[in-house]
Amino acid sequence: MLNELAHLGLTVALVVALLGTVIPLVAARLNYLYWMRLAPVLSVLQFLLVAFAFVILTLAFIRSDFSLSVVLLNSHTLKPTIYKIAGVWGNHEGSLLLWVLILTLFAACVAWFAKNLPPSLLARVLGVQSAISATFLSFLLLTSNPFSRVDFPPFNGQGLNPLLQDPGLAFHPPFLYLGYVGLSVTFSFAIAALLEGKVDASWARWVRPWTLSAWVFLTVGIGLGSWWAYYELGWGGFWFWDPVENASLMPWLISVALLHSAIVVEKRDALKAWTILLAILAFGFSLIGTFIVRSGVLTSVHAFANDPERGVFILLILVIFVGGSLLLFAFRAGSMESKGVFATVSRESALVVNNLLLVVSCFVVFVGTVWPLVAELISDRKLSVGPPFFNIAFTPLIIGLAIILPIGSTLPWKRATHRNLVKLWPLIIFCLASVGLLWTIQTGRSLLGPIGMGLGVWLILGVLVELYQRTGRGRSKFLRILRLPLSDWGKAVAHAGLGVTICGVAGLTAWQVEDIRIMKVGERFEITTFSLVLDSVEDDTGPNYFTTMATIKLLRNERLISTIYPERRYYPVADMQTTEAGIDSNFLRDVYVVVGEPQPEGGFAVRTFIKPLANWIWAGAIFMGLGGFFSLLDRRYRVAHSSQNKLKETAS
Amino acid sequence: MTRIFLALFFVAWAGSVPAVEPGEVMSNLLLEERARSISKSLRCLQCRNESIDESNSGIASDLRVLVRTRLADGDSDQEVVSFIVSRYGEYVLLRPNGKGINFILWLSGPFLFLVGIFCLYLVRSKAKNTSVPSPLTDQEEEKIKKISLS
Repeated sequence: MLNELAHLGLTVALVVALLGTVIPLVAARLNYLYWMRLAPVLSVLQFLLVAFAFVILTLAFIRSDFSLSVVLLNSHTLKPTIYKIAGVWGNHEGSLLLWVLILTLFAACVAWFAKNLPPSLLARVLGVQSAISATFLSFLLLTSNPFSRVDFPPFNGQGLNPLLQDPGLAFHPPFLYLGYVGLSVTFSFAIAALLEGKVDASWARWVRPWTLSAWVFLTVGIGLGSWWAYYELGWGGFWFWDPVENASLMPWLISVALLHSAIVVEKRDALKAWTILLAILAFGFSLIGTFIVRSGVLTSVHAFANDPERGVFILLILVIFVGGSLLLFAFRAGSMESKGVFATVSRESALVVNNLLLVVSCFVVFVGTVWPLVAELISDRKLSVGPPFFNIAFTPLIIGLAIILPIGSTLPWKRATHRNLVKLWPLIIFCLASVGLLWTIQTGRSLLGPIGMGLGVWLILGVLVELYQRTGRGRSKFLRILRLPLSDWGKAVAHAGLGVTICGVAGLTAWQVEDIRIMKVGERFEITTFSLVLDSVEDDTGPNYFTTMATIKLLRNERLISTIYPERRYYPVADMQTTEAGIDSNFLRDVYVVVGEPQPEGGFAVRTFIKPLANWIWAGAIFMGLGGFFSLLDRRYRVAHSSQNKLKETAS
Repeated sequence: MTRIFLALFFVAWAGSVPAVEPGEVMSNLLLEERARSISKSLRCLQCRNESIDESNSGIASDLRVLVRTRLADGDSDQEVVSFIVSRYGEYVLLRPNGKGINFILWLSGPFLFLVGIFCLYLVRSKAKNTSVPSPLTDQEEEKIKKISLS
């Protein structure tokens, strides 16, 4: 009964979304203030209806209501409750419902927070947002209804992919969706601005918090996914250039570009049309990502719905929204004249180069991801594009980006002289020296490690130098640094975070040590400066799996540092085996141990990796996320929301 | 050679074990290093998107042993790769070659970058024709310094 009510709720939500599209957009066009006021109400209503359906679906998972086919296919009574809940979005239908929930949540937030927007802009933003909700709701109801019943419900469900039963992955999709879908708000603002025909500093200020929050969520989501892959997939990689990973990386790259170009719009009244284009592209790429994940046109480790019919539907949505908005952009972009002029050497120019590099890197990822498809269509060649391609094509662009970052962020707006660059010379020399030093210490290995470390150091020290410069002269330096606006701290922390991640990637890829051997219980071996002793291997049972857990002692200089427990699990319901790596982490390195099956002549296959700086990769992602969060708390956005009228006077 | 046949036998027996197995590792460390780097660039035919170095499927294991057999017989890296491509098609190459239309794949990034630079150049030269305020003189800079210090 409840399930039918929820289904009905979704249908009503679709109707409300259609009304929410037509009424505000028409009212804004005809300038009917009264009707425009309906927009926030309709948006909040959509959210409530979808939230109701989502709660009901979650309840069905918790109560193991196997009369729903999604629950039947993706849940099991023995599963721990938290993974029953995570099971809601561990499948196509449920995750799409989560998508729509977040979409309407963002619209409701816009309605809630942005009451001080000009009424016509607000109506248009919510109208566009409702249009997106309406298409996705109809997609949900027509092709992937989460509330479809089965005729004869069995006593137990068919489980959930055991790989997904993990804290890292349970919360990876919601964060990722908050990111993907958050970009829809930016998109709606861009379309609304095109319809209004006006982009100014206050527009940029309204959009920025939404872009920032979407970006923070996307960063956290990608970080969680990568961390999960690292400890769960069993060989300690952190990025595989899988189509689905690329699908999340592309909107991330574009939203980084967008964040930076929106600063130029806000502060310098330039790059307007370009920023609008980026806003359209950012959401466009998250739609492309959705298409890649759900259509199954590209083989990937985690595509979960290989249904061509759904693929065609998403492709249609993609064509309508991206095609339509690009067309609108082509007609209207000319009307957005940039007033701010800047010299060739200036912070604006540095940000333009940043944008160019980010967009090209996104494009490279895009071409690489879809190339197998394109090549098969054009010339009937079945080929693969894997990590070696992306490493060659993508890395130089990121190196370029990292090189210009500290220079660009210390340059003044509008125009700079050589004097601004002189201050960085000691830093440049220091970084080159450290590259040289590392290169001579390591023998016969690739240059990537030293270069990466040099770049990371360059970024981190660049941030420190910049903070130092901001303190100015005088005695109260320390106090002044504390009084810097939060957005400056955000910038510093996020940029340092990129440096930390680059150090981590360089350390892990360049200096990893690996060992594979057969070990019997009680045996010991040495790897770099560590000794590992296989103490015992025991069988045990978990809530819904059997496990073989090894106990390995990690010694250094004959002193016990820690004990590592790698596991192999077997999930009988799904008939699947998973490896749970045993990891001993610290600041400078991870010791990563995977235990294989028992060997015919006794003993177990043991793979051990020493992974230098592994944690830095995710620490950097956390820093980037924190940086975005600090920026989000900056006073000027709160001011922008609370006293918009005053701002409007000063801005114009 | 016996080592490798042993390994083959062993693989067939063991079924699912993680990626490279102890039994497959060659005693010649230089050859093993080459084998690892080759197998990182070859795609497993059975799995979704993994190299044969990472995969734990049977065919990946067979291919790893095949790579090592060829290397032990004195093939160069290139010969090993082209042998496997001739058997399984270019699908196994994770690093696509530059032949035929693949040049578009390889050149698209640099091309877009150059186009971007060119566009920037156009925009800049157009902006130059409009108005760029002349840079501040040294005296003006001094003035600003005084103001900002006070």
